[in-house]
Formats: sequence, structure tokens, C-alpha cells
Amino acid sequence: MAHDLGFWTLQALNALQLSMLLFLLSIGLTVIFGLMHFVNLAHGSLYALGAYFAASLAAVGGYWMGFFLAPVAVAGVGVLLYSGLIKRMRKSGPMAQVLVTFGLIFALLDLTRIFWGDLALAIEVPALLEGRLAFLGVEYPTYRLFIIGLGLAIFAALAFVLSRTQIGAMIRAGVDNDAMAACLGINVERLFFIVFCFGCALAGLAGAVAAPLLSVTPDMGLQILIPTLIVIVIGGLGSLKGAIAGSLIYGFVQTFGAVLAPQLASVLIYALLAAVLVIKPVGLFPAKG
Amino acid sequence: MKRAILAALGLATTLALPATAEDIKVGLLLPYSGVYAALGNDIDAGFELGLKHFGSDAGATFEIVREDTEVKPPVALGKAKKLILQDKVDVVAGIVSSGVLGAVRNMIDGAGVPLIVANAGNDEATGADCSPYITRVSFSNGQVNRPMGNWMAEQGIKKVFTLAPDYAAGRQMIDAFSASFTAAGGEIVGQEFTPFQKTQDFGPYLAQAKASGADAVYVFYAGGEAIAFVKQYDSFGLKAELPLYGSGFLTSPLYVNAEGPAAEGVITALHYVPTIDNAENKAFAEAFTAETGRVPSEFAVQGYDAARALIEAAKTGATDREALALALRQVSFDGPRGKTSIDPATNNVVQPIYVYETVAGENGLTQKVLAQLPAEADPVNGCQMAPVSN
Repeated sequence: MAHDLGFWTLQALNALQLSMLLFLLSIGLTVIFGLMHFVNLAHGSLYALGAYFAASLAAVGGYWMGFFLAPVAVAGVGVLLYSGLIKRMRKSGPMAQVLVTFGLIFALLDLTRIFWGDLALAIEVPALLEGRLAFLGVEYPTYRLFIIGLGLAIFAALAFVLSRTQIGAMIRAGVDNDAMAACLGINVERLFFIVFCFGCALAGLAGAVAAPLLSVTPDMGLQILIPTLIVIVIGGLGSLKGAIAGSLIYGFVQTFGAVLAPQLASVLIYALLAAVLVIKPVGLFPAKG
Repeated sequence: MKRAILAALGLATTLALPATAEDIKVGLLLPYSGVYAALGNDIDAGFELGLKHFGSDAGATFEIVREDTEVKPPVALGKAKKLILQDKVDVVAGIVSSGVLGAVRNMIDGAGVPLIVANAGNDEATGADCSPYITRVSFSNGQVNRPMGNWMAEQGIKKVFTLAPDYAAGRQMIDAFSASFTAAGGEIVGQEFTPFQKTQDFGPYLAQAKASGADAVYVFYAGGEAIAFVKQYDSFGLKAELPLYGSGFLTSPLYVNAEGPAAEGVITALHYVPTIDNAENKAFAEAFTAETGRVPSEFAVQGYDAARALIEAAKTGATDREALALALRQVSFDGPRGKTSIDPATNNVVQPIYVYETVAGENGLTQKVLAQLPAEADPVNGCQMAPVSN
């Protein structure tokens, strides 16, 4: 087993695929946090909602309808959340925000149960992405390669937007010093709203993408929340670089931990988290130096 | 004068009693919310149907009090206390999770209230922790998996890789299978336990199974994990070279449709599938589908047989807690699962185990029974109970 190069290639691809899924989730959460110091613990619930929307839409119009419309629907939920709750909570300090969004997790959990029931749902992989591709000497499921590709594409697009466009500059300014950014005439409030909705849409996209791979259950949002938070804490708050680095570290530690030291698999990542917190409490690549 | 009136009243009530049937109060202790709500609802629907079918034979009427365990042991313990002390139920039925059963076990045993377990499969409940008040009509973790070890060895399978979630039930299921498979001459070439409720992506483990040199893979997964596992197993293309076997919960009728074509050809063993060919099952399956619009699952039949066992016990004339508990230990009937009885040595159910393959049918996936393995009582496993006395 250990001498088989194909085995390790396969595991590296598994690690990369897990990383990309976590990246889609953590990037929205980290930028929202970095920009406005707002802790949205319900981010995972939006991921679950994305999966449920995708399952319902896929039942009507096929996989791609869910893929494109679920993020829009989740962004819509984001607008509602923002105007109904989060806007009012902006100034109330982290403890109140944590409590309210934590409560929101359970409210959304029960809402999904009421609307979609307790039985797990599933989506079929679209015909285009079925089967396996020979890749680097191994056969790997096409759909998983698609997730890796999608994650990389979104990373590239975000890197371009954040570093090369005006809105990217505004976001970076807001993350670095929101008071100064506001003084320079940037409408930080509106910027936050846009980023928040976009972050929600990415969470929805992650849900829609994960749905055919995993099963769609009401508690999937809770299950993904801890890994996402670990990614953000390891990577450092508010930065794209932190999100991608944290995701890759999590994905590889988790996957190779499961292979090399199965008894320690679930502990390894927490040990790493503790080590990062001791050595670099702000994370590896925080937005603010 | 006052005393005379009281005496007359007392006389009148005792005279009135034989006219009305005895009332038996049943506490249904099931998860109606939380991760196992779907299971709880299926058991409940089965229980109702059982009362409807056989209730009139019992010579007693049944009143149901429902309590939601939320799959949380402390909550369930509180609800059990409420049922026993406040509602004064004559019998408790239900319990989905082994953790919940462990939490209420001493309360039930101490209060002397009969409990009919309609799911929780932990081996200890009818082993070292057995109680004359606790009878189980569902299954034990070992019971479902033990016969599969022999059967797979008989099919000429030599080397097996096993996978299960890392918690008590996962380990008990796999241990029972491994013990009988190795005793029959097979070899376990690899064994992994995945972090329970933290693993949705089985990719790393599947690559390991592939590299292990096994002839087949044997797993236990249930619920959402089962769906994810079966789909991922298929997507990695393992099914052709490495056939998938397992405990029947993997492809339970409750969620096999969510697994879709990925579940086709998977061979598993369970104490009940909706396609078992006997008259009782035909009647049950038709009635259940008419009532709920779903095919009955193993959980539905466990609820149905829990009601049936209670009625059979009531038929002996038992109405109070002590007599019901004693009668429940001696229950035996031909049900949808075939011959079903309680082993008074452990109070665990004795039932045939069915090996079935999931195949495409006219209306989606269905279960093709490949073999009916003979009913075997579980080993006593350290259970020490006073024998049944009459």
C-alpha cells in the first residue's frame, strides 16, 4: 500500500477535493468577519439550505438548475437575514452576535426539518460529470475533479477581484481599517451588505456542490461549521490567502491523518489548531499585519 | 350512613368493572425530533397499525401517551420518569438509540415497569445489563451481523475489509461479523472505524479498501452516512472489483431511494425487508403502504411487532406491570418477519435473518431475498436473570 504511488495520488486528490469544499465555505465567512467583525455562526446553516434548495430545484429541472439557482436563493435568504437581524446586531458586540447567530442555527435547522422532513435527500450527479477520469495514473470520480476545478476557479476569480479591481481595493481597505475606509468615502455599510450576500451565495454554492457527494440532512450545516471555523482560525481572519491555506492544511491533515493514523484522525486537526494558536495566535495569514 | 354509602359505591364500582375491558396505558418513548425522528415516526406508525390489527383480540383497551426523547439520554430519562411516576403507565415501548436505552435502563428496572424495546440494538441490553422488565422485539447488533460471516464464507469469499463508524454499535456489528467470518475460515485484511458523525467524505477510506487486496468490503452505516457511503463507493468504481456487503441498515428501504442506482447489487443482511414472502408480511406491508404511502421499513415492523407482543401478553390476562413483564418474556407469534419469539434467557428476540440484494424493480429499488438464515438465540453474554416462573 505504502509503495503504491497511485494510492497516494488518490489520497492527495481526496485531500484537495475536501479543501476546495471548505474553501468555498470559509472564504465567505472569513471576509464577512474580517470586514465587519461580525461572527455569523449560521454560515453553515446557509450551506445546508443551499443543499436543500439544490435538491428541490434538481428534482424539478435537473442538477444544473440547482447548481445555478441555489446560490441565488441562499443569497436571497442572506438579504432577509441581513435586513431583519444582522443590520441591527452590527453594533451589539461579539457576544450578542455569537448568541443570536447560534440561535439562528437551530431555528434554521428546524425550518429545514419542517419544510423538507427528516429523511435524508440525495441528488444524482449530472450525466456530464458521471463516471471516472484517468488522471495522473489513477481513476478518479469526475464529479470530485469538478469540485477541485470549481474551487480553484473561484479562488482565481476572487484573487483577481480582490487584488486587481476597485471593489477589491475597497474591501481590502475595509478589512484593514474600516474607520479610515469610511473617511475616504467608501460606503462600508453597503460594501458589507454586498460582501455578506456574496458570502451567503458561496455557502449556498458549496451546499449545492456537496449535495450529490454527501447526503442532504438537516444537520449537515452543524457538521461543517467546526471544520470551517478551524480553517479560518488556522488561516487567519479576513484574508483570501488565509482561507485557501487553512483549507489546504485542513484537507491534507484530515485526509492523510485518516490514512496514516486512523486512531488519531479526529484529534490531529485539533492538535494542529492548538499549535497554531500557541505559535501564531492571529493565524498564519491574517489580513491585518 | 356515610360509611354505608361509601361501601355501596365501592360495591357498585367493583360490580361495574367486569363490564368494561381492562385499560392498559402505554407510554411510547420515541424520538419525534432530532436525527432519528424519521425512525421514531416509522416505529410509531407501525405501533398504531399493530394496535389496529390485533387490539380487538386483547381483551383490553390501550391508551397511548407519547413522549419525545429528542435522542438525548438526559431528556429521555426525564420523560421516562414522567411516564412512570406521573402518567402511571403500565408498560413503556419504543427507544431508538442505545444511548437512551442505557440511560433509562436502571429507572425501568428499579420501577419494575415492563419496557418493550423497539429498536436500540446494543448487545449489553440483553446481555450483562439484562433485566426481567426489558424485552427487545427489534434486534441486537450481533444478531444481525453474525450469520453474515458464515454466509459470506460459504459464498467463497476469503478476504474482507471492514468499515464502520467509531461508536459502540459500529464496533459491535463489525466484531460479530468478524468473529463468525474468521471462525468460518475467512480473513479480515483491514479494518477501519471512521469518526462517528464527523465523516461525510469516505474517499480516504475507500482508497484504503481498494489497496488492501480484499475480495469484498463489509460495512455498517446507517442514515445519512449510509447514503453518502453507498454513493461514494459507486462513484469510485469499486463495486465491480470489490463487491459491497454489509449490515442491512446500509440499504434500508427507508432511504434506499436516496441512494439510487448506486445501491444496486449491494448485498446486506437484516431481520426484515418488505419483500419477505409470507402471508403476515403481505398483509402488513399492504396495510402500512395504504396508511402511510411508504414501503414499511425494519423500524415500522419493530413498532408493529412491539404492539403485537404487548397484545399477545395481554391475551394471557396480564394487565398490571408485573404480570405484563412476565408474559412478555414468553411471547411468540408468526409475524411479518417469520417466526418471532422472545428468548426468556436474555429477553432478546429470536428471529430469522434475511440476506438480500438491492435490485431495480418496477417502482424504483426493491429488495430481492437471497437467503433466509435460521433463527438463532443470542449467546447469553453474561445475562443473569431469574428464570421465568409461573
